[in-house]
Amino acid sequence: MADGTAISCQEVVEVVTDYLEGKLSPEEVAIFEAHLAICDGCQHYLDQIRITIATVGRIEDEEVPAELRDTVLAAFRHRRM
Amino acid sequence: MAEATVDPAAAEAALLERLRAGDEAAFEGLVAGLYGTMLTVARTYVKDRAVAEEVVQETWLGVINGLDRFEGRSSLKTWILSILVNQAKTRGTREARTVPFASLAPADDAPTVDPERFRGPHEQYTGGWRAFPANWKAADELVQDRETIRVAMRAIADLPLTQQTVIRMRDVEGYSAEEVCATLDVSEANQRVLLHRARSRVRSALERHIDG
Repeated sequence: MADGTAISCQEVVEVVTDYLEGKLSPEEVAIFEAHLAICDGCQHYLDQIRITIATVGRIEDEEVPAELRDTVLAAFRHRRM
Repeated sequence: MAEATVDPAAAEAALLERLRAGDEAAFEGLVAGLYGTMLTVARTYVKDRAVAEEVVQETWLGVINGLDRFEGRSSLKTWILSILVNQAKTRGTREARTVPFASLAPADDAPTVDPERFRGPHEQYTGGWRAFPANWKAADELVQDRETIRVAMRAIADLPLTQQTVIRMRDVEGYSAEEVCATLDVSEANQRVLLHRARSRVRSALERHIDG
């Protein structure tokens, strides 16, 4: 973070993942959150990233192709014998 | 794949017992639950989807054979994925494809948001937004729309394979950073860079869709 006391919006967007992953130091968290407190743009950006994560989380699992499922199930059944 | 609230170690032991007893429903559930992740991880090592599906199938045959020997030093999921990565690497080497994570360059320095969105070095408030990103909390209906999910899926499909794997494992399947690092043999810092780039690009795609 640039001069250790404040960060720009352009810097905020680059450390947003570090922030969400808990990888910023307590000092950096304080600087980050101080910026957010006075910057609607960056608060919106952080919200957008959180909404992005939630949206990606709603993607459904891929279906197992029937042929693959049948093959491995047959092998599993055979193992029991 | 949200973690259940029950003790994961106990749930895992119970699952393992069912598998060893030949419980087909338990096995089928496991195959279905891991399929998306396995396919994605395999695809980072082999050339196409058909080969990746073969790798998934070979992995399950290996898992079935090794089930009685599994000693529980890692989680069942981690063990299965490690077998998958070995199979995929073998196939990938045979096909002379480079192993992506081993050769992963340190972060490319491309910015995650278009620099044009920020005020330049000779302007007041350098690095500040020219126009604020929109408040998506006020666009809830659009955000909840099924089309928005499809936009996210397409954006993920357009990512470099390494980023696809990380965002799928973390944000679609709900794996922890530690599990992703262990499976892909990638450093924690690199995992985070890949996740950051992937999420940023998906956000941009959603922004084009939501803000129109």
